[in-house]
Amino acid sequence: MSEGFQGSEWLRVILGLLIVLGFSQFNALFLVWLERKVAGHIQLRPGPMEVGPHGLLQSVMDGVKLVGKELILPLQADKRLFFVAPVMVFMPVLVGFLVLPFGPNLIICDMNVGVLLVFAFSTFTVLAILTGGWASNNKYALLGAVRSVAQNIAYEIPLLLAVLSVVIMVNSLSFSDIVNAQKNIWFIFLQPAAGLIYLISAVAETNRAPFDIPEAESELVAGFHTEYSGMGFGLFFLAEYTNMFIVCAIATSLFFGGWNGLFGISLGIPGVFWFLLKTYFLIFVIMWVRWTFPRVRFDQLMNFSWKVMIPVSLANLIVTAVVIKLF
Amino acid sequence: MMSYLKSIVFGGLSLVEGMAVTFRRLFQPLVTVQYPREKIPLSHAYRGHIELKSFEDTGTHKCIACGSCERVCPSCVIRVKGVKQPAASSKIASQYIIDFSKCSLCGLCVECCPTHTLQFSKEYELVGETRKDCIIDLIARIASQCDKSKTPEGSGGEKRTGGLAA
Amino acid sequence: MAERQMDAPATEQIYTLNLGPQHPSTHGVLRVLLDLDGEFIVKADPVIGYCHRGHEKMAENRLYKQFLPNTSRMDYLSGMLFNHGFVLAVERLTGIEAPERAKYIRVIVSELNRISSHLLWFGTYLMDLGGFTPFLYAFDDREHILDILDSVSGSRLTYSYCRFGGVCRDVDQAFVEMTRAFLKRMAGRWTDYEKLVSRNIIFINRTRRVGVIDRELARQYGVTGPNLRACGVAFDVRKAEPYEVYDRFDFDIPTGSRGDALDRYCVRFEEMRQSCRIIEQALDSLPGGRFLAPKIPQKIIPTKGEAYAAFESARGLAAFYLVSDGGSRPYRCHIRAPSFGNLNVLTEVLPDTMLADTISILGSIDVVIPEIDR
Repeated sequence: MSEGFQGSEWLRVILGLLIVLGFSQFNALFLVWLERKVAGHIQLRPGPMEVGPHGLLQSVMDGVKLVGKELILPLQADKRLFFVAPVMVFMPVLVGFLVLPFGPNLIICDMNVGVLLVFAFSTFTVLAILTGGWASNNKYALLGAVRSVAQNIAYEIPLLLAVLSVVIMVNSLSFSDIVNAQKNIWFIFLQPAAGLIYLISAVAETNRAPFDIPEAESELVAGFHTEYSGMGFGLFFLAEYTNMFIVCAIATSLFFGGWNGLFGISLGIPGVFWFLLKTYFLIFVIMWVRWTFPRVRFDQLMNFSWKVMIPVSLANLIVTAVVIKLF
Repeated sequence: MMSYLKSIVFGGLSLVEGMAVTFRRLFQPLVTVQYPREKIPLSHAYRGHIELKSFEDTGTHKCIACGSCERVCPSCVIRVKGVKQPAASSKIASQYIIDFSKCSLCGLCVECCPTHTLQFSKEYELVGETRKDCIIDLIARIASQCDKSKTPEGSGGEKRTGGLAA
Repeated sequence: MAERQMDAPATEQIYTLNLGPQHPSTHGVLRVLLDLDGEFIVKADPVIGYCHRGHEKMAENRLYKQFLPNTSRMDYLSGMLFNHGFVLAVERLTGIEAPERAKYIRVIVSELNRISSHLLWFGTYLMDLGGFTPFLYAFDDREHILDILDSVSGSRLTYSYCRFGGVCRDVDQAFVEMTRAFLKRMAGRWTDYEKLVSRNIIFINRTRRVGVIDRELARQYGVTGPNLRACGVAFDVRKAEPYEVYDRFDFDIPTGSRGDALDRYCVRFEEMRQSCRIIEQALDSLPGGRFLAPKIPQKIIPTKGEAYAAFESARGLAAFYLVSDGGSRPYRCHIRAPSFGNLNVLTEVLPDTMLADTISILGSIDVVIPEIDR
């Protein structure tokens, strides 16, 4: 998508839309397969092997199965909200794709408030989860949804403080500026604490283990998407994996150099491959963490955010500001 | 303050340690066996349902239908009937039926058999569509086993007739 | 543990939650009626009986040797231990003496069974807490034990291996080699488990100071086994009332101090290591000779009397109490299941804890419901 396409703003928009939709679907399917394979190999078993070579077509078949299932509406559930919730959870993550810096000239829309846009839209997922939990007319789904809201709000703060540390270093909210500033050295080396805090908060934001109490596989209740069946559940599921991709892509751009190679050495490989390599590596790390640790109890989760993450990220921000002012 | 920081650092290190363990396992060989394409060899002591053993000298079983197995079985699995042989002093079994759905594989019948003609088979792929499929006729089973092998079988009975071919 | 901040609430705030017989975690058919006030439990009432099969009545209608398969099926995770215990009770009733080799073999297979039961508990406890991987690692190790026991008894879970006066098959050199290979393998695995679970800060935070059982409470409710040892009471039947050849082996009784879930976990973990020690010593000093006493009658008809044999099952003190009236069938067979006391102490432990801790506490007690219901 080079700047040479002068009168083709519409073409650019439509192409961008198709790429975003196509890429996000393939990405979600691929990530479902990758999760099961990573889980399998960590657990000394092969994961899906039957459908397609090494189970590659498994997620496609799962999608077909979900589409074929009946959409059950619980009695006395709020019909409109019930069906709007999965759509509402999937829509904002697609918006996040617009500003991701895939390569030097491969940003669909290089806004100068890109960072702000992504985080503003990512909070929509919280609203969607609450809507889904409320509309289900189920005590336990509501409990799960309310816990998810509390968790998301608590972890939003250290997330944004960590991002802010990077932003004040670059003095810009635009993704391409931030990535360009990392040409020589990645910010993870300059701001390791902020990077770690960002990654932990991102895992909590996407409701992944070990912070996955609101999600399914909770001990007593099945989480906020208990009552959803078929594609409604499918959309929640896909939204989770797409959200995971977005937060890892942002981590890559903010801390791991985006499309830049290590210390400026790019070995002739185009930037988009660096970007995707780093993003998928971070996704692999998140999956690895999921299959290693037990779940954190809910009050300990909140304590961890308010008593550990926020003070550390605040301290990091202050130190960054002081250092920038002095040097 | 120091203990707060220490707990964060050591807690974090313990998490990294755990991740190293699972990372190492990613590269270790898998332990899953892709059944039914691969099968695990059974141990020589494996207890499948009981069957009659055929002996080298007679080429068939030596069940005398004494009924000890039928009496000792705690689950009423075995039904034995015999006919008196005119020449021999003991009976010979004419019917030996087990209802495998009730068998608990305790082995009391195998131990109390006076002619040692009962043994455990190595059958584990037993599947049927009705309860009647679990009723196995051991006389017919040993007859088909003897037919299948050209030479008389020794003890061991490694040949499987496959499923519930009665 | 989080403290209760609120004052005693009005009664309309208390609601009843049924932790139903169909349970997501693998405890069996356990049902607990919980009265909750928000997140805190006010009253807990375990309901048992969903798995009652009448084993004690079955014992009255069967010959002594016909009851052997039943013994494995009560606590299916300690099948060999219960086999062993029943055989001990009958031997005490009839005066049959097993040869030395048989005693050593019975000790070895019982301790292997104990390790496999603790490994399964470890895996399922972690799975309850949300860590899915240690379950598969524990089962991978357990497969080796099951293969060893399969090679000697022919069965993986419901062994009817012990007989009155010995065991039904002798062990051969292959068994000894397999067991030694297994012990060598486990020696390398303990550090892995420690790094993955025991030192993990998330796991420690979920089990420390959770579900504290007081010593006096444990004594009153008849809590035995690792649960009691975690409270600080060093009571183990193998040391207190030694049976078979346990008094010839050198092993420690691990104890805790606080009686919380973390202590129970650590006690069971250490018990697995001590069992490995016992097995090693038994293999080193395994005598030759017969594996079954000679001239055991086909039908055992003891004289009138009674016998009581207590043994250390994986869950605590289990016992068989047999009363004979001179016939070929027991007049009465009572089985003491350790999980009965272990479960009922929860009526005192669960109140004032958080709902999120209930699963952690239930898992750490290590109950097997079919054993309670028999």
